[in-house]
Amino acid sequence: MNNLPIDLTLQPTTLDLWHVGLAGVAALFLLLFMIALIGWLAARRRARKPVKPEIKVVEKRVEVEKIVEVEKRVQAPAPEPIILKQATDDAALQLLAILQKEARFIDFVNENMTAYSDADIGAAARIVHQGCSKALQEHFVIAPVSTDAEGSRLTLNPGFDAAAFRLTGNIVGEAPFQGVLIHKGWKITRVDLPKLTEGHDPSIIAPAEVEL
Amino acid sequence: MSTARYSVGIDLGTTHCVLSYLDLTSADEQALPTVLAIPQLIEPGLIESRTQLASFVYLPHQAEISEGATALPWTAKAEHLVGEVARHLGSKTPIRLVASAKSWLCHNGIDCKQPVLPSEAPEDVSRISPFTASQAYLQHLCDAWNHQFPEHRLQEQNLTITVPASFDPAARELTVEAARSVGLGQAMLLEEPQAALYSWIESNHDGWRDQVTVGDVILVVDIGGGTTDLSLIAVTEQDGNLQLTRVAVGDHILLGGDNMDLALAYTVKAKLETQSGKRLEPWQIQSLTHACRVAKEKLFIQPELDNIPLVIAGRGSSLIGGTLRSELNREELNRVLVDGFLPVVSISDQPVSRARSGLRSTGLVYAQDAAITRHLAGFLSRQLGAAQDLPGIASAEQASFLHPTCVLFNGGVLKANSLSERLLQTLNQWLANEQAPAVRQLQGIDLDLAVARGAAYYGFVRQGKGVRIKGGLAAAYYVGVETAMPAVPGLPPEIEALCIAPLGMEEGASLELPNEEFGLVIGEPVKFRFFGSKTRREDEAGTRLDFWAEDELDELDEIEITLPESGHQPGEVIPVHLSVTASEVGTLELQAISRRDGQRWKIEFDTRLAELI
Repeated sequence: MNNLPIDLTLQPTTLDLWHVGLAGVAALFLLLFMIALIGWLAARRRARKPVKPEIKVVEKRVEVEKIVEVEKRVQAPAPEPIILKQATDDAALQLLAILQKEARFIDFVNENMTAYSDADIGAAARIVHQGCSKALQEHFVIAPVSTDAEGSRLTLNPGFDAAAFRLTGNIVGEAPFQGVLIHKGWKITRVDLPKLTEGHDPSIIAPAEVEL
Repeated sequence: MSTARYSVGIDLGTTHCVLSYLDLTSADEQALPTVLAIPQLIEPGLIESRTQLASFVYLPHQAEISEGATALPWTAKAEHLVGEVARHLGSKTPIRLVASAKSWLCHNGIDCKQPVLPSEAPEDVSRISPFTASQAYLQHLCDAWNHQFPEHRLQEQNLTITVPASFDPAARELTVEAARSVGLGQAMLLEEPQAALYSWIESNHDGWRDQVTVGDVILVVDIGGGTTDLSLIAVTEQDGNLQLTRVAVGDHILLGGDNMDLALAYTVKAKLETQSGKRLEPWQIQSLTHACRVAKEKLFIQPELDNIPLVIAGRGSSLIGGTLRSELNREELNRVLVDGFLPVVSISDQPVSRARSGLRSTGLVYAQDAAITRHLAGFLSRQLGAAQDLPGIASAEQASFLHPTCVLFNGGVLKANSLSERLLQTLNQWLANEQAPAVRQLQGIDLDLAVARGAAYYGFVRQGKGVRIKGGLAAAYYVGVETAMPAVPGLPPEIEALCIAPLGMEEGASLELPNEEFGLVIGEPVKFRFFGSKTRREDEAGTRLDFWAEDELDELDEIEITLPESGHQPGEVIPVHLSVTASEVGTLELQAISRRDGQRWKIEFDTRLAELI
């Protein structure tokens, strides 16, 4: 057997210096790899912030039913850290206070509906409706996102605001998109909430009333 | 006023105030006056900016409002609660609410600087005077302005404050004094119907000259929240230019949109009470009045609607169970408002005035006749000769009333088409009966904001940049002088009325009555009876009347003078004569001049003694 084929299954039968050195180098590489992996994972964990649900009181978006091909949305890699905003409680409490004052909103929603007839509920609904519409008119300027008539066809050109126009249906191909306006959408162009004095407790949205 | 950057107009209204301004340095001559958004408390702790400041003061109990809840952008604690917060709190606690202070300023028989408001308040509410209330509104407006324009303080701007044309000299003086007390001593007065006409001129730019011609008589009808104000303005010509002259003003009529809402509420209340058999409580009537106002506006704006359901919610947190239901229909609206306040009457009709009951209360003298058309008929008939002396004004033969050729409507009430149409129809019917052409309606003003805008524009006009309405005194004034007759026991001494200022006396003019001498006792108050006439045009200063028809002269509050003791012996009698000035500001100034050394003393209007209280 002077023509020996290389048999890879062979175990070294002798423990020479060469093999010892080889094993040492392999162990060193493994160790370095482990350290690098742990370091990388730790870095990733640090980069990630605690995630809270995103609460944004935004306009109702326009829904445009898509009937033409739409581009495939390429998910861009998001290397930047994501910052989420937390809405302040005060503004929400203020809005509730206004709706309660003008429209008896909390009273209405807290009422047990099953006990009353539709006529009674209808009468109360008038107060709520009238008050809500007054409150909205006084404190917000509301405009439709799209001025086109609902049901009409419209074109969305490349670079359209995807937050203001929501595509639905057969979304394929590239912009410009042709579609039918299903809902015209609403946007708030101005918010005009009352300012609060220092020390005003906004959590009392309706004070208890005591007649003397 | 070289430092003035803005011309500012303040509509100091009975139910709300508006401030409007115009940049005098602006190159744009066509610029419209801007209406200031006035920050005000709407509830304790909540501040909002609104174009109208509700003219109410609320006098809170010390336990009622928590510390710091009345802060405003410019102060930690305002001296008085004014604006929407006052109206809001006052709607639930009326005993602490001061309302209609402006009408009290023109109220005979009370001292406007005495704390008398709220008149229904119980003992332990510390009342304030009508004067203080006016001061509080002006202070708030001034602070709001200075907060927004710290570089251009209101004290340094060109300022015009509007008053009803029917305000008497005392009420005008009080308004100027209130302004002076908050540092606004430069304020000029302008009559509200004139301000409305200025707003019309301004909104039409130069086009106004094409809409009126020489010989036109413009009737301005201003129906606001609390008062109805009438004026006649004639169009004449001088040196080829059109000129405007205010020739007559109406009486102070306390009748306006608030009366209409109340009338509707009481109509629905009667309906509800017959249906349910239960009497409504005061808070329910209040809430009903509010619901009626909303329903009224809807019915007027949407002619296709026939009725509007009205719902009054209970006060507890249970909303559905505790509601009261009714409705307001078009028939009721027309019957109560159109026929009730603007009935079709003939030109010869006069406002009905019932004899007052013997016990005079100190409440406001609301108009007894709610028919605005009758007040208008009375006004036009009385003013038949108002424009006859002006060149170019043709008065029709055998006319029984002054024929206006144009009409300008102002005030929120007349936004309702059915009301303004009825007024126009009635007026045209009167004219048609005397073969006169129908009036042309001048249009293009904002019926809510025109007075403030016109006032801002007036500051611009005062700089010589536009046509100015000539006015002069809106009435002739008289003092009562005892006649030299032997006293008859049991009869008060006869008096004569001595004319001290003729109607139409021009602003800035001054006159003296050297032939009428009075002896004044040092240290003792001397009172004169004081009269005004809006119709006697021919009387000159010095004319003595020993007889006049009952409706020719209106007795105003007495005027009073007390000579100080400085330099004189108490009890000494000083012979004086009177001097009268129609000031540029828009007030009347009376002085007594010593015959001996020419020393002058001011005669006061505003020492109205509260004899009736």
